[in-house]
Amino acid sequence: MSILVLEIPSIEESTSTERLSRSQLVRRRFFRHKLAVFGLITLGLMFVLAFIGPYFSKHKWDELDFFYLLQPPSREHYFGTTQIGGDVYALTLHGLQKSLIIGLLVAVFSTGLAAMVGAFAGYLSGRTDRVLMWLVDLLLVLPAFLIIAILSPLYRGKTWLVFVVLLAAFGWMITARIIRGMTFSLRERDFIRAARYMGVPTRRIVFHHLIPNVASILIIDATLNVGGAILTETSLSFLGFGVQPPDVSLGTLIAEGTSSALTYPWLFSFAGAALILTVLSVSFIGDGLRDAFDPGSIKSAKK
Amino acid sequence: MLTFIYKRFLNLVMLVVLASSMGYFLAASALDPRANFEGRNPPIPESTIDHKLDALNMNTKTPILERYVTWVKDVVHGDLGTTLSENSVNDEISRRIWVSLRLLLIGSILGSILGVLAGVFSAVRQYKFFDRSFGIISFVLLSTPVFLLAILLKFGAINLNSRIGTTFFYTVGEYTPELSGGTWSLFVNRLQHLILPTLSITLGGVAFYSRYQRNAMLDVLSSDHLRTARAKGLTKRQALFKHGLRVAILPMTTFFAYSFGLLITGAVFTETIFGWNGMGQWFIISVQANDVNAVSAIVLFSAVLVLMSGFIADVATAALDPRVRLR
Repeated sequence: MSILVLEIPSIEESTSTERLSRSQLVRRRFFRHKLAVFGLITLGLMFVLAFIGPYFSKHKWDELDFFYLLQPPSREHYFGTTQIGGDVYALTLHGLQKSLIIGLLVAVFSTGLAAMVGAFAGYLSGRTDRVLMWLVDLLLVLPAFLIIAILSPLYRGKTWLVFVVLLAAFGWMITARIIRGMTFSLRERDFIRAARYMGVPTRRIVFHHLIPNVASILIIDATLNVGGAILTETSLSFLGFGVQPPDVSLGTLIAEGTSSALTYPWLFSFAGAALILTVLSVSFIGDGLRDAFDPGSIKSAKK
Repeated sequence: MLTFIYKRFLNLVMLVVLASSMGYFLAASALDPRANFEGRNPPIPESTIDHKLDALNMNTKTPILERYVTWVKDVVHGDLGTTLSENSVNDEISRRIWVSLRLLLIGSILGSILGVLAGVFSAVRQYKFFDRSFGIISFVLLSTPVFLLAILLKFGAINLNSRIGTTFFYTVGEYTPELSGGTWSLFVNRLQHLILPTLSITLGGVAFYSRYQRNAMLDVLSSDHLRTARAKGLTKRQALFKHGLRVAILPMTTFFAYSFGLLITGAVFTETIFGWNGMGQWFIISVQANDVNAVSAIVLFSAVLVLMSGFIADVATAALDPRVRLR
């Protein structure tokens, strides 16, 4: 099996006329992945909708239109209105905006943290490794959702950035474990050894030699973490532990919409659909990236 | 094997102690029980509040370490304290624990078994109709948060009920209180209440396990030892189940431990949405009520559950894989 995996890239290279760089190869594989391209397009549309969409409606998300209470979708209010006359279109887009921003920020922070912890633990091993992995185990024992919900009074009435920090602080553990495992094998490689014997300081080895070499995993994980972060954020917001009113996120919109959604489906179906589509497209992209960076995982099985 | 189990168990107890202590410190520092008594009309004198909070070991004026020591002393003696509404936490737990455990146990067992089966079947029939359609479905399920799935199932069931004219699926509570009848009709009634909540936490699990099981199985399918098994004359089925599945199922035991935390999170939502009086629903109430003792008890409960599942996963790994036992 291992021989086969090694052969595939060379076949691919020899059939094409010019030699392709790794990034070109990855890009080409990614764009051949139908679901990944679908995900990329959908996510792009979501971003356009969230950030440019609001300019196509005369109603702002925090404005109330008292002449239209609980109206179904119409030309005036594209997605209908809420019980108190809020424009569901503007609200949904604003919530989508918030959820997307939170998802991206949390993914970047938590993956960055995971890369550092994992690389240091794997490279230094010994006591550092044991202490850090104890911390990881400890944090994995308690579901992040429970911890953040308990800590929610700390950011009630404050900026949502605190919420982002908390989401990131409790979402890095599994990625850190993966990076640690990879670092274990990397640190025995010649180029890391050479750097070490040349007297390159640990910090520089970690940031300049180790982390760039696990970059592909980090990109994949950051992508998948966006989806995870959006799910956690909306779940917490749904119960009132996340984004606080008057601000809205997809979670709070769904929470407000559910009570009367059977008779007034527009209150919640748009937010729900936006949520599922966003997370779905993110996970398609992550899947496509994984296959693009590591074709062995699919090709070997295809045989 | 016994030393292995013993070592793992010690490690587990340590983690439970650490995790629940962390839970207590977080709860005691973030939640403010005093807020429940302040700002009332007529105002309650501060000394009365202090007195009341002191009795509950929740007074924020007492240093947190001192409160922690008191809490630990009680917990060691089997007393988890008193809630803000002055009920015993122990009583509350004994009322609620089975509601949650029923949901969690059925959910985890059903989810893992169905997920593994679906994953194996997908791998064996790779790129066929079942694999492709199930792959898409599990992607959608994994992208749907539990609360949304539960709500959608609830609405679907209500629609279905009104279409067929009788209540087949119950969407609130765990049984109909005013129901009279024999044991059989009580059982059926409970079952009708159980279907939707179980479904909403099982579906995610099935999707989760099937993705990983499919990948693991694909790796094994193309491995040398499976080809050898076929070459020495085993039928495809024999080779698959005796030599393939046993290897491919190993990584799943790790996921079983990890996913239990997710399952508990899921139970919080299903219990809240379907109106079950379980531990998860209690958690929401307690956090909103700043009830430090109740929250700590629930954290302890979930830590024990997660670690137990981790322990079971470890023992299962050791039983399936002789190499692990030697460590």
